[in-house]
Amino acid sequence: MSTATPRKVAQPAPAEVATTRPRRGLRASSTFNFWLFTGPFLIGLVIFVFVPIVWSMYLSFFEARFTVTPSEFVGFANYKQILTDTDFRNSLVTFTVFAAFIVPATWALSLGLALLVNRLRFMRAFFRSVFFLPTACSYVAASLIWKMSIFNGVRFGLANTVLGWFGVENIAWLANPDPPWYWLVIVTVRLWLQSGFYMILFLAALQNIPQELYEAAAIDGAKPGWQTFRYITLPQLRATSTAVILLLLIAAYQAFDEFYNLLSKTTWGQPPLVELYKMALGENQNYGAGSAGAVVLTLLICVVTLLQGKFMGFGRGEESK
Amino acid sequence: MSTTAPDFKETTAPVKARRGGGVIGNTGLYVATGIAGLLFLIPFYLIIRNALMTDREITGENWKWFPTDIQWGNITEPFDDVTVDFAHAMWNSVVVAVLHTTGILLVCSLAGYGLARIPYRHANKVFYAVLVTLMVPTAVTFVPSFVLVSSLGWVDSYRGLIVPGLFSGFTCFLFRQYFLGFPKELEEAARVDGLGYWGAYWRVVVPNSLNFFAAIATITFINGWNSFLWPLVIGQDPSAWTVQVALSSYMTNQTVNYHLIFMATAISILPLLLVFLFLQRWLVQGIAQTGIKG
Repeated sequence: MSTATPRKVAQPAPAEVATTRPRRGLRASSTFNFWLFTGPFLIGLVIFVFVPIVWSMYLSFFEARFTVTPSEFVGFANYKQILTDTDFRNSLVTFTVFAAFIVPATWALSLGLALLVNRLRFMRAFFRSVFFLPTACSYVAASLIWKMSIFNGVRFGLANTVLGWFGVENIAWLANPDPPWYWLVIVTVRLWLQSGFYMILFLAALQNIPQELYEAAAIDGAKPGWQTFRYITLPQLRATSTAVILLLLIAAYQAFDEFYNLLSKTTWGQPPLVELYKMALGENQNYGAGSAGAVVLTLLICVVTLLQGKFMGFGRGEESK
Repeated sequence: MSTTAPDFKETTAPVKARRGGGVIGNTGLYVATGIAGLLFLIPFYLIIRNALMTDREITGENWKWFPTDIQWGNITEPFDDVTVDFAHAMWNSVVVAVLHTTGILLVCSLAGYGLARIPYRHANKVFYAVLVTLMVPTAVTFVPSFVLVSSLGWVDSYRGLIVPGLFSGFTCFLFRQYFLGFPKELEEAARVDGLGYWGAYWRVVVPNSLNFFAAIATITFINGWNSFLWPLVIGQDPSAWTVQVALSSYMTNQTVNYHLIFMATAISILPLLLVFLFLQRWLVQGIAQTGIKG
């Protein structure tokens, strides 16, 4: 094969470039190719990700209402406004409560489903599909079903109908913050939508656990069931669990769709993104304060992500076979 | 035991010897799974039930699991409705989801390959620049992005709906990780045979990675079809609404027309259910591959 090649055969494999210096022309060609491949993406990344972020930081120091052209430099006034804004601060509390419920609940439910499906001998693919199917559903569609058919505050909602069989009065699920039944609606809709997705991750991880571990445990006298789960399955799922929790937290921070659609007319239970949406695109169109809020939120998310990574050690390659 | 070979993944280990739960254990397992499965299916059933009932039956005194008289005529109603142009919204969603998926596959796969395989002195720095964007959730940047897009004059346009979403650091990252694991020998053979990076990529790497591309495509398509916040921000005029924004508008409408809303919901989910049925194997494998290592 070396005879027919017009190029020199002695091309080093790309990984070895650092050690065996390639000829000048070759290096230039790989530089050209690097930009040919990554250029379009990087240009877009700069324009549509970095520029908005920087612009947002810039705007956050200016008065900018109804226009994206800043008019007056106001220093940290926007930050002061947003940090003293009770709605925005409440939204951070809302998010914290939401995350405290949804992250462990989804973790437990998706792991539980994965354990169930993994033990099935027949109809395994069927049940996997059933649990996975809600992934195809959008938050908007699911919110419609939850609000108008299941947790409708009146008689004909499914939840109230079922409770009625047991003599329970109708509950106004979403119309009243006290008692906060709306949390049940918000949490169940997301559980239904996202658990199947994370179940798939756990299923994959479960199937990667070497069977010998269970055999060895059995020889050592571990009882199947809780003991093997506690001392073998859970530790083996550590890497996946960490990744799942990280993804769940990020997803929770982005919560918008179901809150916006389920609680559109209420003043309570609004997460940060809904508040930002109202601030920047609502009646006041205050882009300055909205930008300040976005900056604050981004910083918060970065801190939480980093802390989470530090405590749970994500990126430690436990997955390596 | 191997009769029900898990279609889920290529099993590396021999099919597991399951703990023998006996008849009772197995029955309990299936009962539990069955109940959970029913709970997961009920919302889908409610969509169909409501879509094919009359409003009077939906809101009636007694709960009915089945429509007494199936209203097949409801199927066309979302398209006849004058308040929301549902057909146009569906079309917008098709255009957006298809172009979004095609664009993201093209742009992000090329960048991922460049980052994974083409030697360049500053490649690491470039990669860090991509990693940094993973820290900033796209949903948080909607205010600045809207500011940018509106100053470009892209509000209410396909460009505004599609282009800003194409540069996904996460997808690029997934492609890079995948290409790092792609067998190098194949490319080297192609290079020795005289192909440049570009030729090797299109003639060798892509044709041998179709499974991965299909998985990413499916996930991207679902995300594109279901996305709500960005289309809501950009679709100021009803002519630029995607189907999700149209559905959401039903909730704020003055009059609630239950069967119409649920028929529209059913129609909006249908394309994705089809995608699911046909591409499920890829989808599952793709998520299992990408989700963890991402």
